[in-house]
Amino acid sequence: MHTEIIPHLFRTEHSKITSVLCKFFGAGHIDAAEDIVSETFAQALETWPYKGVPENPTAWLYTVAKNKAKNQLARQRNFSENISGEIKKNAPKDEEPDIDLSEQNITDSRLQMLFAICDPSIPVEAQIGLALRILCGFGIDEIASAFLTNRETITKRLMRAKEKLRSEKIEIAMPVGAEINQRLDTVLRTLYLLFNEGYYSETEDSVLREDLCVEAMRLTYMLIENETTNSPDANALLALMCFHSSRFAARHLGNGEIILYEDQDESLWSQELITKGMIHLQASSTGNKLSKYHLEANIACWHTLKTDSKEKWESILSLFNHLLQLSTLLLLR
Amino acid sequence: MNEYMLIFRHEDGQKVASPEQMQIWMKQTMDWIGGIAAQNKHIGGQGLSFNGAKVVNHKGVVTNGPFGDIKETIGGYVMVKAANIDEAIGFAKGCPVLQGEGNTVEVRQIAH
Repeated sequence: MHTEIIPHLFRTEHSKITSVLCKFFGAGHIDAAEDIVSETFAQALETWPYKGVPENPTAWLYTVAKNKAKNQLARQRNFSENISGEIKKNAPKDEEPDIDLSEQNITDSRLQMLFAICDPSIPVEAQIGLALRILCGFGIDEIASAFLTNRETITKRLMRAKEKLRSEKIEIAMPVGAEINQRLDTVLRTLYLLFNEGYYSETEDSVLREDLCVEAMRLTYMLIENETTNSPDANALLALMCFHSSRFAARHLGNGEIILYEDQDESLWSQELITKGMIHLQASSTGNKLSKYHLEANIACWHTLKTDSKEKWESILSLFNHLLQLSTLLLLR
Repeated sequence: MNEYMLIFRHEDGQKVASPEQMQIWMKQTMDWIGGIAAQNKHIGGQGLSFNGAKVVNHKGVVTNGPFGDIKETIGGYVMVKAANIDEAIGFAKGCPVLQGEGNTVEVRQIAH
């Protein structure tokens, strides 16, 4: 009998299935999608410990979620014009709608969901909350402790954000043409803040902090894997995240206390992440736009060299000056 | 050797738990059952779904529930072999549902 489940399976699958179902039902029905996913996990919890973990747990979850979604549709079709209207748009008539949980559709749906969540009409704090909930599969308590606040605050914040998605009739779709770059800026800012939320968080839970950073990197990586969103800025942001997170293991003592940069044991720095950062920094240097992510990534890059040199500190100083100019420009705009 | 049924009463976890938390419960439950099975004392068990549960009352009146008076309701059971009630209680004490305040595990001997 199988007894092993890969770590974070539910968290990962929560995000994938919810994104696909939201795309299917429409952005106004996030709650329905979330309910189906948590019912699916509940069913796993009610059966796997007694019957064993299925050969292919992911496929099991997808089948159960699909069936639950179909039942939900059948139940609601009678009285909810809203949902069935949405379905008619998405599916040919007289055919049972197919919920497509293929890898391709999961990737597309998650990316589109990310853009929907980062709609400018939603306050940025709520965007981060929604991203954590829907795209990273975090629970309300986990989000609350990341923000150092309580359940109620987060619940209300998410409720208002979902209401916004409904009332503004935000579509779960990629923006087209020139709009994509403009919207990508908002998405990058949200991911940057999500990462910072983890990196600079005051919460003492260091596992949670790292999880936030890892999730922010995963989502940024998703942008880079897609042709239309693989921009120099996105690469610069990912480079920045790689450089910072390369110091995770060296950054804190067992008791959660932070070790300052000067005192860190550099043999604990992850060379793998530093190398990854270099690759994305390289990829970010196409085009002619210099974003704050470029500057911060370059500063972070210099910090991956522990050895002090005149050149190192002069470069960092000049980069900081650039950054200051850039933020002044942004303020004046 | 006697046979006992350990009956869990708890809240509907999916309403409060995060995906990560549910996966943790899953692992704990499997480890607990695995521990009993390793001693060759596990007979069987099942989880009961909270969704769509109904109660048929006197004179055939059907109600939703059993979620009326208390939040905790039967969520599953495990049957074990044990020399006596104390050994069965020992197994029950390891049940992960007991981490939740208000949750219980009822230990009942199976009548033969």
